[in-house]
Amino acid sequence: MMRFRVAQPPALVDLRRVPGLSGLREENGHLWVGAMTRQAEIEKSGLTRRRYPLLSDAARVIADPVVRNLATVGGNVAHADPGNDLPAVMLAYGATMCAVGYPDRPAPSLSGEGSRSLPLAPEKREIEADDFFTGPFETALGEGEILTGIRIPSPSAGSGGAYAKLERKVGDYAVAAVAIQLRFHGGVIADAGVALTNVGLTAIRAEAAEGALNGSDGGDEALDRAAAAAAAAAEPMADARGSEAYKRAVVRTLTFRAASKAIARARGEAA
Amino acid sequence: MPECRGLGHSVLRKEDPRFLRGQGRYIDDITLPGMLYLDIARSPYAHAKITRIPEVGELGVPGVAAVITGKVLDQYKLAWMPTLMSDQQMVLPIDTVKYQQQEVAAVVATSRYAAADGVAALEGLIEYDPLPVVVDPHEALRPGATKVRDDKESNHIFHWEHGDRDATEKALADADVVVEQAMHLPRIHVASIETCGCVASWNPVEGHLTLYLTTQAPHAIRTVVALVTAHLGLAEHKIRVISPDIGGGFGGKVPVYPGYVIATAASVVTGKPVKWIEDRSENLAADSFARDYHMRARLGAKDGKVTALKLDTVADHGYSDAAANPSKFPAGLFHVATGSYDLEAAHVEVDGVYTNKPPGGIAYRCSFRVTEAVHAIERMVDLLARESGEDPADFRLRNFIPKDRFPYRSALGWEYDSGDYEAALTKAMDMIGYRDLRAEQAEKRARGEFMGLGISSFTEIVGAGPSKTFDILGIKMFDSAEIRIHPTGKAIARFGTKSQGQGHETTYAQIIAEELGIPPEDIAVEEGDTDTAPYGLGTYASRSTPTAGAAASIASRKIREKAKKIAAHLLEADEADLEWEQGRFFVKGSPDRGKTIQDIAFAAYTNHPQGMEAGLEAISYYDPPNLTFPFGSYICCVDIDRGTGEVSIRRFVAVDDCGVRINPMIVEGQIHGGLTMGMAPALMEEISYDADGNIHGGNFTEYLVPTAMETPKWELGETVTPSPHHPIGAKGVGESATVGAPAAIVNAVVDALWHLGVRHVEIPITPQRVWSLLDERGAALYR
Repeated sequence: MMRFRVAQPPALVDLRRVPGLSGLREENGHLWVGAMTRQAEIEKSGLTRRRYPLLSDAARVIADPVVRNLATVGGNVAHADPGNDLPAVMLAYGATMCAVGYPDRPAPSLSGEGSRSLPLAPEKREIEADDFFTGPFETALGEGEILTGIRIPSPSAGSGGAYAKLERKVGDYAVAAVAIQLRFHGGVIADAGVALTNVGLTAIRAEAAEGALNGSDGGDEALDRAAAAAAAAAEPMADARGSEAYKRAVVRTLTFRAASKAIARARGEAA
Repeated sequence: MPECRGLGHSVLRKEDPRFLRGQGRYIDDITLPGMLYLDIARSPYAHAKITRIPEVGELGVPGVAAVITGKVLDQYKLAWMPTLMSDQQMVLPIDTVKYQQQEVAAVVATSRYAAADGVAALEGLIEYDPLPVVVDPHEALRPGATKVRDDKESNHIFHWEHGDRDATEKALADADVVVEQAMHLPRIHVASIETCGCVASWNPVEGHLTLYLTTQAPHAIRTVVALVTAHLGLAEHKIRVISPDIGGGFGGKVPVYPGYVIATAASVVTGKPVKWIEDRSENLAADSFARDYHMRARLGAKDGKVTALKLDTVADHGYSDAAANPSKFPAGLFHVATGSYDLEAAHVEVDGVYTNKPPGGIAYRCSFRVTEAVHAIERMVDLLARESGEDPADFRLRNFIPKDRFPYRSALGWEYDSGDYEAALTKAMDMIGYRDLRAEQAEKRARGEFMGLGISSFTEIVGAGPSKTFDILGIKMFDSAEIRIHPTGKAIARFGTKSQGQGHETTYAQIIAEELGIPPEDIAVEEGDTDTAPYGLGTYASRSTPTAGAAASIASRKIREKAKKIAAHLLEADEADLEWEQGRFFVKGSPDRGKTIQDIAFAAYTNHPQGMEAGLEAISYYDPPNLTFPFGSYICCVDIDRGTGEVSIRRFVAVDDCGVRINPMIVEGQIHGGLTMGMAPALMEEISYDADGNIHGGNFTEYLVPTAMETPKWELGETVTPSPHHPIGAKGVGESATVGAPAAIVNAVVDALWHLGVRHVEIPITPQRVWSLLDERGAALYR
């Protein structure tokens, strides 16, 4: 952004010394991921690989290793580039975004003017992933707010997830990618979350695909129906990564593959 | 006597410690006192009249010292410069821009940041009147097409043809099978990791110009600068071109770019050193492209024997013919297109065309249009084999030029020096298990899985070249070596070539080591400084080993002649009684009575014979009697993902024959890199333009350079057929893999889809392209 002079901020604020913004822990039925947690940490964590394979899958295909060593989970989410991988992951998980600051006020000016009129205590907010991604590069965060962390519901027994991405080369944005989280309850799929990367102005939650999976036995026909529904939910635009028809086809194929893998994981048949 | 590791030793590269420790010295590492920085404003339009360029004062950017325009340069007759192909190219436009991202005006400032801010301000203030654009070269040739160049009659630059048209047409008419195929090798870019740049330093007191330059050919550049600035009073002895460490050239650092000239003019005007370094987008969008040949080929066979090739080509050169070819070859060595096959007749035509795109046509890791030629013949032979109902391997084996026919005169007039094509292909087939893979393919196809095998049995033509035919602007394409042995038996050797990563500091030292018995670590190799190195034409077209490498041999042998005289003097023996073993002369029959080259070197300065000049040194300007013709056979095995269209290379076997191998490790490294650079355009890389001339592929987000992640495991093999005319039998290897690899990959993909009726796929073979082929034939899957 700054490299191409698209963004020319008057100053950059380094948040690295603000305590409590980084880390990864399971507590009270969810995984808490600090906004400043490096993507590489997610990628290498045994906890995510064991318990949150959807997150772990995605962390391994964001950009390239050099980027992942520097870039943060919160940055990938809050930047809300439709090509970023983590927004769809958060939609599929039904995650909650934790923010702090002054949601209704503009960012405090650097000269210090106006800062005196700020309330002493900043407000804490929780925003559901479904309400968070409002447009390309736009989120529900106010200008005076920052993302502090993300809460991902801890999966119950019989859960599985997977992220399937097609990219032209390592480091490229996805041609399309599909995030799926689901669980088995009484032999049928329940609470499926299906979300799509880079086939619309924001990450897209494919509710019809979720509907096709929920209540099914996870057989190939159900997966075919879910895949077709996901492809229909996509709103791709033609570009160098492919035509609209091609991107829909890729969503369809990747939905089938991600769902197959998520089901295998839920059944303990795959790592 | 120290151990001497000459030819055939995988000596670790002498240059690597400094590269690996970040101690290389590249253009951007050079900082001179008082240096100013140049940056360039570029055109957003592919064709437009410039109606306003603001004065420096309007920019309001602190630190910006000057704005340089074409009108300023025109006062010094420097607004245009000649190209190697006798065309002309703008340094800065006086009134009209001809392609998107063309240089429009330059800013000189006291820091790089100020220069960049100055350019941003300048680009916001320059005004244009857009003009109609012509992008497609076929369109450009139609009557009434938008004319690209005001100073030319039409968009047609040249027509060039070679071969026997009538004999070719007759042979095609007599053939029982003829295949015809159109194919486009799209625009690509070398995308070297170091972009281009320079530091120009004019000394007004001495009237002397030092140019630090990212160039593969420092001497030729100095002569060109002397010729085009003679009217300003610059002379060749007052120009010093220094090419420091180069971070990849691949042909892209052969041309003279406008930035070099502007920086030089800025230094002359300001009296201060001026640095210009391109950014990545400038490098991709404005520096010379490669390929962009639209070819239509016909190949015929009679009784299973290939007989004739006809090749018609439209070459898109952009707005100027700035191709980097030897002067007499407007289409390079494209007429090596009969390849490895014994044809009766062939005819090749090329029409060069102007379009609103950047100029160029460089030989990207390829000896002047050989990649295009190899692609054409290897695709066509595959097609012809399949249409004849024969396996492409068997068809090739039967149609190769037999090894007992060398030296072989091709239908298009080249004399191939040596070859054994059957041996290379047979070896590659054994390595990959060709027959087993064919069986596996049949089984998989029955299960609905698509795999394919592709072969490319290429013949290269490198080492330009014999001076009777090869020159650049009249300067013959010899190359040189100058070797000086110091009293203690160590040496310095200087060359007219210029390594850009090839490992010359090691391989040249090994050649000298082989000839003189001095270990490579005792020989310093220097290139790139026109004040110290002997004159030569530089490094490109795989010519360093065939020319300067040969010169190293010859100069070493001259030194050995003198050393023999000194040895005779020291041993009080007759010269005729002396025998040479590596590093030492001894008296025949008395192996104990000998003198090492180190002893002899010391004597050359301390105890040389009466009447002989002191010292031990020699120089050779080597004019090769012929080109060399490296060859090889590559076999690629691909699997197609029917759900996404992805092509994955499962195996790739490359058997190369580059004659005698100087340093096998470096040869293998060259092949690894070359194969990756051959895979890149086959599967990923392309620069394209929309109808308005807007570039796609002008940055690394869109120009997809492969990384280790996309690169398969390369499996290498070798055969050795020495060149009969090269002093050490070497042929050159820098480009073989780039030239040979793409056709093997395309042939493999077509093979995987042949049963669906697919006969050709244009490159780059992107997943979308393959998926469309599958989808159109109802063969796409969604699982």
